Amino acid sequence: MRILTDVNIDWLRWRWHSLALSWLIILSGLGLIIARGMPLGIDFTGGTALVVQFETDVPLEQVRSAIEALPGEEVVQQFDDPSKRQVLVRLAQVETSEDGTSLERGSLQVAEALQRAGLPKFEIISRDLVGAVIGDDLQRKGIYATLASLVGIMAYISFRFRFSFGIGAMVASIHDVLITLSLLTFFGYELSLNVVAAILTLVGYGVNDQIVIFDRVRENLRAHRNEPMNVVINKSVNQTLPRTVITAGTTALAVLSLYLFGGVVLEPFAFAMLVGVITSTYSTVFIASAVAVLLSPQQRNAGVVQARGAAGKPGGKPSRRAKAS
Amino acid sequence: MNKNLRWRVVVILAVIALSVWAFYPPGQKISLGLDLKGGVHLVLRVQTDDALKLETETTVERLRDTLTRGSVAFTKLEALDSTSFIVEGIQDDQGFRTAAVEPDAVFNRASGAGRYTYTMRPNIAQQLRSEAVTQALQTIERRVNELGVAEPIVARQGGVDQILVQLPGVSDVQRAKDIIRSTALLELKFVEQGPFSSEDDARKAYNNTLPPDMLIVPGSADGGAAAGAPATMYYVVRRASVVTGRDLRNARPTLDENNLPAVGFSLNQDGARKFGTATEQNIGRQLAIILDNRVFSAPVVQSRISDEGRISGAFTQQEAQDLSLVLRSGALPASLTYLEERTVGPSLGADSIRSGVMASIGGMVLVLIFMLFYYRLAGLNALTSIVVNLLILLGMMAYIGAVMTLPGFAGFILTIGIGVDSNVLIFERIKEELAAAKSVKAAIAAGFDRVWWTIVDTHIASLIAAAFLFQFGTGPIRGFATTLAIGLAANVFTAIFVSRTMFEIVLTRRRAATMSI
Repeated sequence: MRILTDVNIDWLRWRWHSLALSWLIILSGLGLIIARGMPLGIDFTGGTALVVQFETDVPLEQVRSAIEALPGEEVVQQFDDPSKRQVLVRLAQVETSEDGTSLERGSLQVAEALQRAGLPKFEIISRDLVGAVIGDDLQRKGIYATLASLVGIMAYISFRFRFSFGIGAMVASIHDVLITLSLLTFFGYELSLNVVAAILTLVGYGVNDQIVIFDRVRENLRAHRNEPMNVVINKSVNQTLPRTVITAGTTALAVLSLYLFGGVVLEPFAFAMLVGVITSTYSTVFIASAVAVLLSPQQRNAGVVQARGAAGKPGGKPSRRAKAS
Repeated sequence: MNKNLRWRVVVILAVIALSVWAFYPPGQKISLGLDLKGGVHLVLRVQTDDALKLETETTVERLRDTLTRGSVAFTKLEALDSTSFIVEGIQDDQGFRTAAVEPDAVFNRASGAGRYTYTMRPNIAQQLRSEAVTQALQTIERRVNELGVAEPIVARQGGVDQILVQLPGVSDVQRAKDIIRSTALLELKFVEQGPFSSEDDARKAYNNTLPPDMLIVPGSADGGAAAGAPATMYYVVRRASVVTGRDLRNARPTLDENNLPAVGFSLNQDGARKFGTATEQNIGRQLAIILDNRVFSAPVVQSRISDEGRISGAFTQQEAQDLSLVLRSGALPASLTYLEERTVGPSLGADSIRSGVMASIGGMVLVLIFMLFYYRLAGLNALTSIVVNLLILLGMMAYIGAVMTLPGFAGFILTIGIGVDSNVLIFERIKEELAAAKSVKAAIAAGFDRVWWTIVDTHIASLIAAAFLFQFGTGPIRGFATTLAIGLAANVFTAIFVSRTMFEIVLTRRRAATMSI
């Protein structure tokens, strides 16, 4: 069985449309982030998050009114399946002082307030207390790690292929990250450690797609020295299309399973991955190749049939290595 | 089967056997992370300023001693902050400088008219801070070990003054936290006067000017720091300690003369000698037993005591036990504050395991059904290489002692995804080669050869991301990064080596003109 063989789509023709679409999503996402603020989880802001398990059913409203009087902003949510009677209670960081007792204060206040309100017996089955220092630390580290892996991957692709491909890959990855952040904000997920892990992973994953196509571009450039870059890129995207679609499909299936069965803790992670897998496939086809074409010397002479291909040019050393294999 | 192929089969079987041996039985060999097992993850900060302050104060006291003994006059000598102190009103400049040589090793001296300001040398301050963290780390390690937690982690983390403590499976989190954090600074000092019912009274006894070598310490009149004890009393004690926690050899729970829980301690040789001499010369005086700046009891010295002592003070059995634990493990060089705490109850952990396993199996089944449907027999090939990949992944995790976390399950699923990707890449290439009218054998060879560098490149790119993830992450995220990295490495082996070998075995069996792909 084969799907999508011998397709001949002029992908690059759509690059301005796709660019417009991406900008639309990213700008509306950024607008939302600016308007509402990026919802950061307590991993990054510091604060208290408790999962309380009640012995008998309690309406969320009652829990909410029980802790309403506590200082700062409170969030009360159903945690996991309602039949488990677990409620997530979250408090923002109010205290900036960081001695041992104040870290615990929020948690103790909640327990006390619930007891006072005469709610059924409960047990705190999970307790996350994050001090502001750690939150700032993780925020900084998360940004560094994302930037560093973007740059690291770009450097690797530039070394193995050519600089324009490296830039193309980086632009596409930044695009993926921004789209994912936009959609996360849109669907009301907050940025936690796990979500940042998902974003870093999808940077690596998206690059997979790009490398497969760039690899084919390099091969085709060598085989068809007379064709201009945009023709070669279109051809390469078309040739690898079955693989691109099947891989994206199977990965999406696996991640979907994570989303459906992985439990509440992994749900935001799975959501980010799901968005990322779809976005990165799209951005490889439309964004990475378009940028690579824009930056390639051949593009300047598009239409003019070039006598000498690019195989021997900037990416010379890696090409030889690939040939030797 | 030719010889080359046979060797490859042997290698593959050996790898599988080794992997299975490494992780079997998985219940024992694969350790679960805190998010699955339940337990507590703590990040503490060592207040290293405390160590500097202690050094400065000790230096000030010693200098006061030296100057007094050398009869060098001064009007004021006191610490300004944790790293500096000042001496004022010096008449005999030459005499002062000959007497006060000791601080110069640690402090920089700036002079003015009859006064000197001392500031701690930056490199020494740095060294003291670093030593304080190391010492705190060792102390916490000893305490955690005595708590009897299986597989605890105590390590430096992130910033220079942060310590990470992970205690899997701990049920009484509060007790563990208290034990880790208690300073446990034990000091035995002679009482000058007291007890007084208020600090002011104590001061009044000295006309409101407490001699510099004395100190007011709160405590209870008759031991008993617990509830129902009499109100806080104040003792005036000598600043200099007779012995401190450093001189301890051992501490253990015991009973006092009223058959109440108490803590007995014994001193090491050096401590015993100091203690023996001091008690002999001070028979009839009160000796305050001070723990973390609070007088627990102040018994009267009846006779020379050399190496045994007891702290009583309305303890419960548990408190006596915990106190002896922290005394045995030594005092902390500086106080600690908690920066982060994540506690997961065992029931939530069990839930997470169930959903993690469900999701992994679900994902695998969905993907494999598709592969078998789309690639027919070659799909079987993909299935085998993915299963082998997961076996190697488990084996490696057991071997390096990596911890299985909930995000680790996500790592498993992603490994499946990456494994499928490599197979798809190869199969699609083989199909292309077949479409270009190559023979089955040539198509397979070309498929694998052409794709080799692509797979290497994609894997290295993902490894770069995984490496930064590991660097950035704490606990569970690290688990994810580790799983991903091992999965990537294993995948290069299975997708290329195992899968190709299987194709070639089929080829030697029958001279196929077509293939099921």
